[in-house]
Amino acid sequence: LKESKRAVNSLRDIVDDDDDDDLERVSWSGEPVGRRNKLPSFQSLSDALSDTGVKNYAPELRRPKAEYKDYSSDWSPKDTVRRMQRGKVCSLERFRSLQDKLVLLDEAVAGHDGNVITAVLIFLKRTLRREILFRELEVRQVALCHLIHFLKEAGEQKLLLDLLRFLDRTEEVALSQYREHLNIQDVEKRREFLKGCIGLPFSAEDTSHIQDHYTLLERQIIIEANDRHLETAGQSEVFRKYPRKASILNMPLVTTLFYSCFYHYTEAEGTFSSPTNLKKTFKIPDKQYVLTALAARAKLRAWDDVDALFTTKNWLGYTKKKAPIGFHRVVEILQRNNAPVQVLQEYVRLVEDVETRLNLATKYKCHDVVIETYKDLKDRIQLTAYKCKVERGSAEEEKINSILNNM
Amino acid sequence: EKMFTLKPGRLPQADVKNIIFFVRPKLELMDIITDNVLREDRGRSPQRDFHILFVPRRSLLCEQWLKEQGVLGSFIHREQYSLDLIPFDGDLLSMESESAFKECYLESDQTSLYHAAKGLMTLQALYGTIPQIFGKGECARHVANMMIRMKREFPGSQNSIFPVFDTLLLLDRNVDLLTPLATQLTYEGLIDEIYGIQNTYVKLPPEKFAPKKQGEGGKDLPTEPKKLQLNSAEELYAEIRDKNFNAVGSVLSKKAKIISAAFEERHHAKTVGEIKQFVSQLPHMQAARSSLANHTSIAELIKDITSEYSLNSLTNLNITRCETTWWTSFSLAKIASEDFFDNLTVEQEFMSGIDTDKVNNYIEDCIAQKHPLIKILRLVCLQSVCNSGLKQKVLDHYKREILQTYGYEHILTLNNLEKAGLLKPQTSGRNNYPTIRKTLRLWMDDVNEQNPNDISYVYSGYAPLSVRLAQLLARPGWRSIEEVLKMLPGPHFEERQQLPTGLQKKRQHGENRVTLVFFLGGVTYAEIAALRFLSQMEDGGTEYVIATTKLINGTSWIKSLMEKLEPAPF
Repeated sequence: LKESKRAVNSLRDIVDDDDDDDLERVSWSGEPVGRRNKLPSFQSLSDALSDTGVKNYAPELRRPKAEYKDYSSDWSPKDTVRRMQRGKVCSLERFRSLQDKLVLLDEAVAGHDGNVITAVLIFLKRTLRREILFRELEVRQVALCHLIHFLKEAGEQKLLLDLLRFLDRTEEVALSQYREHLNIQDVEKRREFLKGCIGLPFSAEDTSHIQDHYTLLERQIIIEANDRHLETAGQSEVFRKYPRKASILNMPLVTTLFYSCFYHYTEAEGTFSSPTNLKKTFKIPDKQYVLTALAARAKLRAWDDVDALFTTKNWLGYTKKKAPIGFHRVVEILQRNNAPVQVLQEYVRLVEDVETRLNLATKYKCHDVVIETYKDLKDRIQLTAYKCKVERGSAEEEKINSILNNM
Repeated sequence: EKMFTLKPGRLPQADVKNIIFFVRPKLELMDIITDNVLREDRGRSPQRDFHILFVPRRSLLCEQWLKEQGVLGSFIHREQYSLDLIPFDGDLLSMESESAFKECYLESDQTSLYHAAKGLMTLQALYGTIPQIFGKGECARHVANMMIRMKREFPGSQNSIFPVFDTLLLLDRNVDLLTPLATQLTYEGLIDEIYGIQNTYVKLPPEKFAPKKQGEGGKDLPTEPKKLQLNSAEELYAEIRDKNFNAVGSVLSKKAKIISAAFEERHHAKTVGEIKQFVSQLPHMQAARSSLANHTSIAELIKDITSEYSLNSLTNLNITRCETTWWTSFSLAKIASEDFFDNLTVEQEFMSGIDTDKVNNYIEDCIAQKHPLIKILRLVCLQSVCNSGLKQKVLDHYKREILQTYGYEHILTLNNLEKAGLLKPQTSGRNNYPTIRKTLRLWMDDVNEQNPNDISYVYSGYAPLSVRLAQLLARPGWRSIEEVLKMLPGPHFEERQQLPTGLQKKRQHGENRVTLVFFLGGVTYAEIAALRFLSQMEDGGTEYVIATTKLINGTSWIKSLMEKLEPAPF
């Protein structure tokens, strides 16, 4: 009976296991065949059978009874892990007690093979009560990291969050949950979801960002609905001239601001789509606001609006031009939008650094500015040299001549 | 018989009995395979059998996935193909494991370290046991432990080969987070930065490679990118790949003269013998000429780009299609011509320790102009690493600007970068970087790009920290930098492996030691160039062979740490 049991066991192995490079094949007479000939004798063959890599097809050539191990049910945790590292399928069901399971896990961790660790964890996840699993993993960092990684990969969100909460890794819980919003395509559902994320235990800074994200999407939904109406109604000029090529939903804040400066510039602060409302709600710094508004108005060639952006009135009623960004940046953006020279010139004139001013003025042919600057510098030579850059008989040439004469 | 790239949908028509899927054990690939299998026409005859071959290891997770999709049973054989280290060149091996850094440093999953150890065991089986192992870093320690354990468990693997390697140096990537962030300035490094070298191949814009045929008005411009293979089998490439880009031009022009002169020889050939000789040389000369033409074109392309970024060369666009249609003039207009150098200037300022504690104007401007996000991330991370972490106010400022400009969802990526140590708040209130920089001489003002005398030429002034550590290990040894080593993360250690008597080699006088440097988490071409420079130094004493988990550049590296924001296609 024992003999036939052994035969059956070894047959089961043949069925379970796939071809294995480590196989030592033995003919019926005991002679090894195949690639590796490192174990010619019968005795060493029996030694080899205690090494997990070997299987033989001839039941009666098995080693002495004393060293007999039942192939499918007596592998120790260490050996089981070893077998799994070699890619062999192993049933872990026989590890029933908690103790056995933990030893198995620790062996797997000691073996460093992530594959095996994950496999053991899958088994434990299935056969242990959650609280026990969590408690044991809390003191086993490596295994814990593996389980977290596995749960993320496999999309087992609920269990992952429970685990993180148990570990009091609250920020990770928050971020992990927030990540899920990417899988929600429907805007309304996404908005709802984000609202739910606000109360989560993010860090203080991150909490304000999540809040902003929700508020932004909420606004975008309103703006999108409104603007679609405006577009189809066909009454608004700017929508007719510049039809929208894409929706504003899920766009970043600054892009939304640009859009708002483009299509809703003149609206009062009270509306959701007005730029000033966006600025106030999201506390957009002046620098960013001015840059964005400038880019939008320049694209629309609304030079008066650009002018107004930089004009401030002091208490005496005098206007002066100011910018939270350097005027050379203003010039850059205007030039990129093909602003006419007269407009460009105004701003080149305001560039503080003389060398930059001259460079830009020369580059963009703002003759008046060049001339004025050289005049201020009292640079006869450069002024004379510049004459060849202006048209003969032009007003600029006359201006140069008159200045040179009066120097 | 035939090889196809894995794609979702129906499998291509092929009159074969067996179909083998040859894949890395990634879950996304399992989805594609499932799709292929499910779409297979069961009614067709003859029926085709499916098999799956995992590289380098089977994955129980993947098989579980296939089981849940109901297709696991369709595979007759499920095997593994243990390809751990892949030779890329005579002195370069890579596992090409893209996720190794993320897994090791973000997820504490050390599976790739296990493969590294196995790869090293295979290497030792072929080239002899390595007698000395040095290491720095947590992962290095793990790999060394695994190697020792594996050796103990398989004593039969003791072999009688004379050791080729004298030393193994294991280095964690996070010991030197700085180097991959900086823009590489060697010829090969720049090609990788701009176009991306994949498995020694690069795809280039075809315009400059169109053959100039007489009489053809250039109307048939090629549209397919030009694909070139880059390795040391190409003589010219081997000569220029590791040079600083500024030194390449003179080599190319000298080569042009030599090749022209060689072709001119045909006028001097008078006798039949001489003509015969000339003709026999022709294939070699033609190959040399074609090689020169290719590299002259590439050098021109790089020159164009490093002096003017154009829309096409920005391979790291991280803006969705919807955004680009319109807001282009606002966000992505042709960026000013000096941008490459502005970027480089800021990098060099940070690396030499200037103003790393304040918000940087150039970075702010780039965010405002919505330059590609990865470029921004590289710069802020570089600043953070050079400052041992940013002041909370500065960090918050950058984060806010990034989230407002690129979208709030990038909180997830920023969180990953913090976990990896790349972009984090300064915790101890101390900045160790200046000490490290000074002690290890990382910033060299008097760099000579044409005829370098120091490894700092690869970044035109910055000596890669990782390579300095290797250099100092060889001479005078790490004891001289104990203090600095303590400031870098992870333990440093030395192990010795017993060699059977008789195999202990005594190096002849003048014979170089051979050191295998294994970068755990990735290595850049610039670092490889620096190590090759050390190898060919007179009286250097050591030759280097390089191994790594992956060949990286700053862009691919940061990308591997970014959260995937697009939902999966399935």
